[in-house]
Amino acid sequence: MATLTDPPQQSFQLSQLIYDTRYRSTTIQVVAFILIMAGIWWLGNNVVTNLAARGKDFDFGFLGSRAGYDINQMLVEYSNDSTHARAALVGILNTLLVAFLGCIAATIIGVTAGVLRLSKNWIVGRLMTVYVEGFRNIPLLLWIIVIFAIMTEATPQPRDFRGEDAEASMILWDSVAITNRGIFMPAPQWGANSLLLVAIFLASIVGIFVYRSMARKKQEQTGAQSPVFLVGLALFFIPTLIAYFILGRPVTLNYPELGGFNFSGGLQLRNSFIALWFALSLYTGAFIAEIVRAGILAVNKGQTEASSALGMRPNRTMNLVVLPQALRVIIPPLISQYLNLTKNSSLAIAVGYMDVRATLGGITVNQTGRELEGMLLLGLFYLITSLVISGGMNLYNNSVKLQER
Amino acid sequence: MSEIHSETSTHTAYVRTEMLPEQAPPITAAGPVKWVRENLFSSLGNGIMTILALYVIYYILSHMLGWVVMGIWDADSLSECREIRDGFIADGRWAEHTEVACWAVLGDRWHQLLFGFYPPEFYWRPILSLVIFGVALAPVLFDSVNRKMLILTILAPFICYFLLWGGSIWGPLVVAFGFVLGFACIKYGALPLGALLSTLAAILLPLLFWLFLAGPITGVLNSIAPIGLESVDSDDFGGFLLAFVIGAAGIILSMPLGVVLALGRQSDLFIINKFSVIFIEVIRGVPLIVWLFTASLLLNYFLPPSANFDLMLRVIIMVTLFSSAYIAEVIRGGLAALPRGQYEGADSLGLNYWQAMQLIILPQALKISIPGIVSSFIGLFKDTTLVVFVGLSDPIGFSNLIRATTDWNGIYWELFIFIGLCFFICCFGMSRYSQYLERKLATGHR
Repeated sequence: MATLTDPPQQSFQLSQLIYDTRYRSTTIQVVAFILIMAGIWWLGNNVVTNLAARGKDFDFGFLGSRAGYDINQMLVEYSNDSTHARAALVGILNTLLVAFLGCIAATIIGVTAGVLRLSKNWIVGRLMTVYVEGFRNIPLLLWIIVIFAIMTEATPQPRDFRGEDAEASMILWDSVAITNRGIFMPAPQWGANSLLLVAIFLASIVGIFVYRSMARKKQEQTGAQSPVFLVGLALFFIPTLIAYFILGRPVTLNYPELGGFNFSGGLQLRNSFIALWFALSLYTGAFIAEIVRAGILAVNKGQTEASSALGMRPNRTMNLVVLPQALRVIIPPLISQYLNLTKNSSLAIAVGYMDVRATLGGITVNQTGRELEGMLLLGLFYLITSLVISGGMNLYNNSVKLQER
Repeated sequence: MSEIHSETSTHTAYVRTEMLPEQAPPITAAGPVKWVRENLFSSLGNGIMTILALYVIYYILSHMLGWVVMGIWDADSLSECREIRDGFIADGRWAEHTEVACWAVLGDRWHQLLFGFYPPEFYWRPILSLVIFGVALAPVLFDSVNRKMLILTILAPFICYFLLWGGSIWGPLVVAFGFVLGFACIKYGALPLGALLSTLAAILLPLLFWLFLAGPITGVLNSIAPIGLESVDSDDFGGFLLAFVIGAAGIILSMPLGVVLALGRQSDLFIINKFSVIFIEVIRGVPLIVWLFTASLLLNYFLPPSANFDLMLRVIIMVTLFSSAYIAEVIRGGLAALPRGQYEGADSLGLNYWQAMQLIILPQALKISIPGIVSSFIGLFKDTTLVVFVGLSDPIGFSNLIRATTDWNGIYWELFIFIGLCFFICCFGMSRYSQYLERKLATGHR
């Protein structure tokens, strides 16, 4: 029989702070807190002293003053009369644009390469191995510079497109020109009623999702399968096309034309943007390929065999059995690859793409001499972006993870 | 009996009496043809993919091969390269290759790509420190190597520092003595002082020693016996030497810091836990390039006005902090993968926290996380190229410098290929090593 005795009642001794486990953790924490705070105070004190010595203060007022520099790619209205805050916003949007497009392209490239690397086709498998190892083991910066050099050195100049027997010609029915100043392609021109057209297109996409969920519900209740893919395809194209002609072709394409020394009109994708986008996607794609391969290999072979035994065709086996299980393994590392891609987009500095580091953390800091404030804001932006991406993807991860008891 | 035998033999003349030799299988069921049929043309889609892949390979090789193989190795400048090329074309030696590589740039500038502006008469110093570094690494990488060599591993950082930067021999020795002091506190202070106090002493005593005593002692020793090598400035470091130094320093220094951060993040102590989490997340949330700019623009703000660090040291500090956050996350994974019973077993033996960590938990956790650690080292080594943006001349920086000279203005691909190849060899080697470890450890762990 165990008897519990009260701990001996004795007066508190100072040595208990170190030797008594009840108090020791508190002691350690208090000491650590004091040390960390002292460290922070020391750093802060240095900053104050150094700022005072240089006659500077800590002030974010520079964000409201006139920027006075031009940015070559802008998604929102901006001129050199705008404020530094506006320039930072343009940079942020440029960063987000290349990160977003990069994530999409990297996923496509990575999933394709990862699946192909497992293919039974020997040559294709080896080719993908060469791609993956080549991109994984060479610094991203080198790839960005190389692709930029290819874009500027190996492509024709705009004037090569001139004349009867021009050295270069536009591809895709004379609509896209690849030059050393970037890729010129048709831009949509939004006429009257185009808003209505966009609304109809969005509505039909919503319709596809509604139809899919209805079809799934019907299948769960009655077992009857509906032609989801064909109806979806029809919903995607037909309403919009009909509306397009009924509304009198509100959206037209503005083709790039060669005039003067350069192409005008259309949409210009700058070399800096393309080099950054391609390099980021190819580089991250190589990592994603490995993640996808590991994910698919992690699914037990018995699962595939069991679904074959049930009479499922290979593509259904892939969609219904292998992929859902592989996704659980794939998604957590995929999140960190997306984060890496977003952070790596700051390598834009190598090709002069005007991302947030180039506007806020580059020209603005240099012009105003506000290194401390500028770098602080820049760091905050990347930190918040990272936290948002990982938060959002973790939500998705939770929805696909194994539900255990 | 013989009658029956003779009868069967006459009636069954068609039955063979001797073994036939084994025959090769039909050509479609074995050998290269079967292999090609199964691996390349098993179905229509597969066949199309094969042909596409072959076309891609042909396209790349037809554009690259002649350019690489016909390359000119012996010239003093790009214009001389072009003259030689034009001469060959005029000769009709090869009409179809109008463009050829000019590898001569590598012969002319390899020493800059590898060593930067390091004085040529001292090239033996970085080479010797690379050899020492490799030998010191051997007992860490392969457990078949004699354990006694770990002593060299501990000494190697100081030897390499002394060889690379030169200067007086007493500086590294005095700094090393600080570590000996800390080690002695842990080793011999645990009994009289208790674990907590001896740990605290092991941290504080060396710090105080370095801050207040190291400088004067070095000065006195120098005046007594000025032994040393001719010192080399940090500005002279460049090319792959710089990448190796920053990479190796970051790797060595970030390892212990990463372990401490990982333990902090796993700790039950609220304040330590939260500070570790904040540190790791902030460092990981912001790109290295922003940290490097912080190092070059802002680190002076955070240090006392008298402190004057050179840029390379600042970059190494930043790279170390950056890498330690990533290492911490990898090790945290290893710590989380350990079964709870290991922690409980340590507790039941009555070990205190540091003993449990040192003897039971960390050896196993580090073993699990080795592949992750190696891959974050590969990332760190590749990321050393980013220092070009804060004004250090890494290989990519030197490719720009070489292009800026009149001799080699306009040369791109040869330099890129050389740099890429060097990085590829190092990183591919590291990743192969980590796969070898993974295979080796997989049997031990299951």
